[in-house]
Amino acid sequence: MSDSSHIPSSEITPEETFLNRRFFMKSAIWAGSTLATAGLYRTFSPRPEVKNTGSAISTVAEPLQETSLAADEKVNSFTEIAGYNNYYEFSTDKSEVAAKAKDFVTNPWSVQVGGLVQKPRSFDLEDLLKFESVERTYRFRCVEGWSMVIPWVGFPLSKLLNQVEPTSTATHVAFETYYDVKQMPDSRYAGIDLPYIEGLRLDEAMHPLTLLATGLYGKTLPNQNGAPIRLVVPWKYGFKSIKSVVKITLMDREPGTTWSLANPAEYGFYSNVNPNVDHPRWSQARERRIGEIGSRPTLMFNGYAEQVAHLYAGMDLREDF
Amino acid sequence: MTFSADSRFHRQLFFFNGLLPALLILLDGWRGRLGANPVEFITRSTGVLTLVFLMLTLLVTPLRKICGWNWLLKQRRLLGLYAFFYGVAHLLTYLAYDRDWQLQTVVGDVYKRPFIAIGMFSFALMVPLAVTSTNAMIKKLGGQRWAQLHRLTYYITIGGVLHYWIIVKSDVTYPFFFAVILAVLLGWRLVMSIKKARGVAPRVS
Repeated sequence: MSDSSHIPSSEITPEETFLNRRFFMKSAIWAGSTLATAGLYRTFSPRPEVKNTGSAISTVAEPLQETSLAADEKVNSFTEIAGYNNYYEFSTDKSEVAAKAKDFVTNPWSVQVGGLVQKPRSFDLEDLLKFESVERTYRFRCVEGWSMVIPWVGFPLSKLLNQVEPTSTATHVAFETYYDVKQMPDSRYAGIDLPYIEGLRLDEAMHPLTLLATGLYGKTLPNQNGAPIRLVVPWKYGFKSIKSVVKITLMDREPGTTWSLANPAEYGFYSNVNPNVDHPRWSQARERRIGEIGSRPTLMFNGYAEQVAHLYAGMDLREDF
Repeated sequence: MTFSADSRFHRQLFFFNGLLPALLILLDGWRGRLGANPVEFITRSTGVLTLVFLMLTLLVTPLRKICGWNWLLKQRRLLGLYAFFYGVAHLLTYLAYDRDWQLQTVVGDVYKRPFIAIGMFSFALMVPLAVTSTNAMIKKLGGQRWAQLHRLTYYITIGGVLHYWIIVKSDVTYPFFFAVILAVLLGWRLVMSIKKARGVAPRVS
């Protein structure tokens, strides 16, 4: 300690330099910490905009009662529809899916259709685009409690099923999503078994509202929305509308479905939108329409009761949720 | 003045960086850039920020003991109050947008949904800690009793991580990340207390 008094004056930092150095250090700490905090926030905050880079699909006009299925409601913007996606193979963060699915290869593509059918075959992308396309604007209700209105382009699934001719013993249809861990590295954190599988009863699959969508907003599907072809079942929770389909199998029993296998107490095979049957962890009575701040009541069968309620006549929807 | 003695600088630095996420959320909200579902983003980010600040308060003691950064102690109250601040914001978002201010439905919701019950319970435990965070209250309670009361932070943080873990649908990566940090922070305390007990024991017997 006593040595300190012997430091030659030439080695003592002049006060001015010392203060300058202190000022410099403080400024650096301010700047560094601010950048780090803001950067960390930015990593987790949503991305601003998504561009529609799809190619146009020509559609034919349909009678009004088929197209105006959510006509009185405001259609969601492309950025909302293509920037907020549940596609667990790419990310469990809905705002991240668009970026993570950017390089997903969807061409060439083929869908194997088989099982209990007279004419099993595979459809490649060109075959699928030969089906006469229509535009259908549907409400889309996610099991998580949010909803959108989406202008899909596609064709009724029944058209494809009629081509393969289901046998008289077929009662159900099973669907499978493309899965490749190399293209979907974050799927390891999805927490669900993959490939993603879904299913419908044959009469649900043949219903005119059930769509195989190849596009939205008049253009081919963005990867994050399930390119190149996905199912759309507007009266069921969104997870039933399986994305990027590669396999369709006709069966004579109820197929397993990803979410009901992962958590049978919370997700059933039917998963019809139903405001009277709550999810065990949250209410399904209301929903938040994307683009709106308040909530609105959820409609039975997502507002399509008139068209589909007869499919479930006599069933206890609390039991078969 | 050396860095570690400049507590005014520390306070300004911590105060600003703690407030910054809230300012950025407000700025993004004003610019309409909170994504497709702003309510969900605000709910999740305020919840995560509550957990982050709870973890930071629990990090103070290990850093003091291991690195000798005793200057951190003076800023711990601020970190704790930020946890409370973001917890209040999280709760208000829930009341405003999940419950639509129908406060009578909250009781039923707490009863029906375990993760809401755990979240509410943890928040309720934060209230007495925020109230007793002033110097006057520390004096009034006495250091020992005050410290005992503020050990509730352990249970609050465990409750917070559990609350997060239960609500995610299947991907538990982030809750797991918080759980690991919490396990390290609480595990370190356990090891220290065992060591201390062993060190003291021979003298007692």
